[in-house]
Amino acid sequence: MSKIAGGIFTSHVPGIGGAIAKGLQQDPYWKPFFDGFEPVHQWLAAEKPDVAVVFYNDHGLNFFLDKMPTFAIGAAAEYRHEDEGWGIAFQRPFEGHQDLSWHIIEEVVASEFDPVTCQSMLVDHAVAVPFELCWPGKEAFPLKLIPIAVNTVQHPLPSPKRCYNLGQAVGRAIESWGGDEKVVVFGTGGLSHQLEGGRAGHINVDYDKFCLRNLAPDPEALLQHDTLDIVELAGSQGVEILNWIAARGALRGSVRELASNYHIPISNTAAATVLLENSDKVHA
Amino acid sequence: MLPTSDATKGKRIIPGTPVFDGEQARSGYALNAMCYAFNSAELREAFVKDEEAVMERFNLTEQQRDAVRKRDILAMLEAGGNVYYLAKLAGILGLNVQDLGALQTGMELEDFKAALLAHGLTETRNFLSEKAA
Repeated sequence: MSKIAGGIFTSHVPGIGGAIAKGLQQDPYWKPFFDGFEPVHQWLAAEKPDVAVVFYNDHGLNFFLDKMPTFAIGAAAEYRHEDEGWGIAFQRPFEGHQDLSWHIIEEVVASEFDPVTCQSMLVDHAVAVPFELCWPGKEAFPLKLIPIAVNTVQHPLPSPKRCYNLGQAVGRAIESWGGDEKVVVFGTGGLSHQLEGGRAGHINVDYDKFCLRNLAPDPEALLQHDTLDIVELAGSQGVEILNWIAARGALRGSVRELASNYHIPISNTAAATVLLENSDKVHA
Repeated sequence: MLPTSDATKGKRIIPGTPVFDGEQARSGYALNAMCYAFNSAELREAFVKDEEAVMERFNLTEQQRDAVRKRDILAMLEAGGNVYYLAKLAGILGLNVQDLGALQTGMELEDFKAALLAHGLTETRNFLSEKAA
């Protein structure tokens, strides 16, 4: 049986990739954000997960408006990042786990979800930046990737409840996998930020703290708002919290927060990093 | 900012916040298609050399061309642009997301950055040591 050891939730601002490329981790502007990864590094070194299942949104590298899936699951042997328009391309490839990808696809479709399946898929900064943050350096990433893209770009977006339920279905699928892989689940993006319109620069500390407070103990509290409520509260890109909600759904055991870091600003974003532990429930 | 007709269509209005829905996706298709193609360095160079030719190639509407010529971000949004794709055009124009923020809000760049920095907040929790103990 596969085991989900925990979840890593982090902002994926492209500027973080730029800061990594320039080696600015100790720069006073960036340091408070990068320092939030120390406990994540410790935990990853101890747990050594074999697979990362990453809920994220594509920003126009793999998907365009010609075909915009609400949910898409990667089933490729390898994924790559490429130039997204500003000349940065992370070089390290991401090894896929096709057998587990197809098992997840089988199981979530059996749970009445209808994902697009992708045997060829580029992953953008929303996958690459979290991987660079978690495993800095040049060595090959020490685990395999299964990317799951959620549409947070073109409304109507999937509801928070739907995303949570998808996450739960993915969690059940991983738990039922016959291999002995240890899995870490990622939710990337957020927290509050808005890039466009007269309200550009919008940040909502109260809503962010509400999410951070409830993510581990009471994730269903985050389902009380619909997607447009979240756009109003967290900003039009703050709605990327949908990726966090989906990832949290996959953690079906006894969940507690091991570490969190909330820092404003990174670029136009209220940035956050959260590490959750997922342990087996104790049954009588 | 948003077309006033949105209210009469029963769409929810969030002040200062364009909601990129099917109507926007449809009207903005050509502009967004051009911006999506800026993932290619070759096309970015082509735009720098002759932006009219690139706008013609992607069949932008007159409203979209005008917004691009004027570097008017709010007008690009009104013409159906989506910020995730427009960000690629902004990169060519040497504008980062703080520049975009200042342009859209009418603030000076330094004031826009200062407003972000004014939040000046870092809150950290770490229970990992508890776990080790």
